[in-house]
Amino acid sequence: MSVALASILRVSSVEPDQSARGSAAAGDAASVCGVAAAGGVAPAGGDVLVSARGLTKTFGGFTAVDGIDVAVRRGEAFGFLGPNGAGKSSTMRMIAGVSPATSGELRVFGQDPASHGPAIRARLGNCPQADMLDEELTVQENLWIYGRYFGLTKAQTRERATELLEFAQLTDRRADKVEPLSGGMKRRLTIARSLINNPELLLLDEPTTGLDPQARHILWDRLFRLKRQGVTLIITTHYMDEAEQLCDRLVVMDRGRIAAEGSPRDLIARYSTREVVELRFDTDDHADHVDAVQGLVGASRVELLPDRLLVYTDDGDATSADLHARGVVPLSTLVRRSTLEDVFLHLTGRTLVD
Amino acid sequence: MRSAAIRPTDGPTPSTGHTSSTGRTGRSVHGIREPLSPAERIRAVVGYFLTVYRRTWRGSIIGRFATPLFFLLAMGLGLGSLVDAKAGGVGGLSYLHFVVPAIVATQAMWVAMGESTYQVMGYFKWNKMYAAMLATPLRVGDVLFGHLLTVVFHLATATTIFVGVAALFGGFPGWGALWCIPVGVVTGLAFAVPVFAYTASQETEDGFNVLFRLVVSPLMLFSGTFFPIDQLPVWLQPIAWATPLWHGVELARGAATGVVSSPVPAWVHVAALLSFVGVGGWLALRLFTRRLVA
Ligand SMILES: Nc1ncnc2c1ncn2[C@@H]1O[C@H](COP(=O)(O)OP(=O)(O)OP(=O)(O)O)[C@@H](O)[C@H]1O
Ligand SMILES: [Mg+2]
Repeated sequence: MSVALASILRVSSVEPDQSARGSAAAGDAASVCGVAAAGGVAPAGGDVLVSARGLTKTFGGFTAVDGIDVAVRRGEAFGFLGPNGAGKSSTMRMIAGVSPATSGELRVFGQDPASHGPAIRARLGNCPQADMLDEELTVQENLWIYGRYFGLTKAQTRERATELLEFAQLTDRRADKVEPLSGGMKRRLTIARSLINNPELLLLDEPTTGLDPQARHILWDRLFRLKRQGVTLIITTHYMDEAEQLCDRLVVMDRGRIAAEGSPRDLIARYSTREVVELRFDTDDHADHVDAVQGLVGASRVELLPDRLLVYTDDGDATSADLHARGVVPLSTLVRRSTLEDVFLHLTGRTLVD
Repeated sequence: MRSAAIRPTDGPTPSTGHTSSTGRTGRSVHGIREPLSPAERIRAVVGYFLTVYRRTWRGSIIGRFATPLFFLLAMGLGLGSLVDAKAGGVGGLSYLHFVVPAIVATQAMWVAMGESTYQVMGYFKWNKMYAAMLATPLRVGDVLFGHLLTVVFHLATATTIFVGVAALFGGFPGWGALWCIPVGVVTGLAFAVPVFAYTASQETEDGFNVLFRLVVSPLMLFSGTFFPIDQLPVWLQPIAWATPLWHGVELARGAATGVVSSPVPAWVHVAALLSFVGVGGWLALRLFTRRLVA
């Protein structure tokens, strides 16, 4: 098994050819489509690296994670999508073996973090939501020190740090103190640090929060590469585009529970329509206009938001044409494809990023 | 192939365990990793604190030399000449010889307090280095023990410097002064370890004011440091017996000068100091765990 795996890894880590490289400049929209084509299917048959059953975390009387079931297979990119306070970080911390589960069953690499914490932590990479760097030390010192915690030799640590500085585009800042670095650079350093032990499972809690769009795209690309090398990724985010872009499979989390699970495409197909017409009216209360847009051609559902109405439809153009024919004149009309945001809205009745 | 749909860009990627270069052998190969030995774990933790020290030692070393000098000048030479002239010394010792071993123990207390209050709070709250360590194969005990070993290092350096400087000024009657170094370390630990536990239980640094004003400062004055405790009201004397500093002062003075002010044998002082370390250590481990593993 391990021989077979190793050979797969070797093949898949070959640099992409030049023609593939040409698409590097593609923007947001294209990348979403790209993943729609790529993602969707979880790797079949792979062994399960993380499995949770009835996993629960309470703080005092408050239940942060409320009996969730998840299974993450080797090689997949798995996401937790949810709003603030959904329990994403609490879940990640339990998987990372830094926070004990209150109840339920959790296995990481087939082992129980409660009894095999150090062995599990030795094999995974943990990029927590907060950076936790020593800002008085230099960029490279932060990496060197961390490598020693994993029992790497000094030479191994130094070599690895050099690679990772390149990976995080921090090579020219390596001898600088961390403190004056930008938030995005610190984030990149934290991500690089989480890779120091060459983990086979990488936990990223909101990896791109604080990064500018360009740095985000570069990071996404780096994460894809790790994935192609066989690294299993677990990512939390409240950016739906990030979830769509990165995750083969994800769960939508809300108030400590899992509201739905599937590939981004599955979820959109299951919980939303193909297209959405967004309507803004010149009004204080969009509720006044809900009746006027009911029963449009192709439309199946109307959602009311504080600042707009969303009409879910299989044919956005037909729906807006019908609206026009009725003589309803919104301030603006936007026809777009359904996203995970719509899935979330449908499942929870709330918007994801407010 | 799936990768065709992904947008690749130029840029390095850290390679995984299947390549063979020195960076990826042993513990950086995928799969089950060889566990770290306790010595490796402690060394890694101490390695961090020494890296921090390498950045800050210049600031602290000046204080390490200056504090004993100030004390020697003010207490030993200034106050000492007065006491010697008026009272003929204390218990057969010149005031300088009486007070210097006590100041060694007192300084160890101050160093210990400095290393175990704001510093420890910082590693919990501000840079969260304890939490960062616990995301790796390290355990709470490693983090605590490694940090305390670093405190031992600080105590040993500070005490050695003090003893050296004081000796230059004739602060000791003989070679017994060297005993002041281990005594200083143990006295310091008898403060540092329980205070590590105390700090772990504090959400904010407000509690440190109480500690310094109501515990440390009075102890410095009433532990037989600047005058023998039999000068105190009788009801106050047992309090001194219950504090680590008095035991440290008695031990240091006894070792350096051969003169002690109480019939308590040295081993009792040592045992008292070690029990502060032991009980404090047990408490610290519990409180560190409660705070860090939540
Ligand atoms: N150590 C703690 N003590 C008490 N409550 C906690 C603790 N950690 C998390 N919580 C609570 O648990 C809930 C879930 O928090 P968690 O950090 O897991 O959410 P999240 O999904 O990661 O949110 P965000 O997107 O804001 O990071 C929150 O209500 C939070 O206040
Ligand atoms: Mg979070």
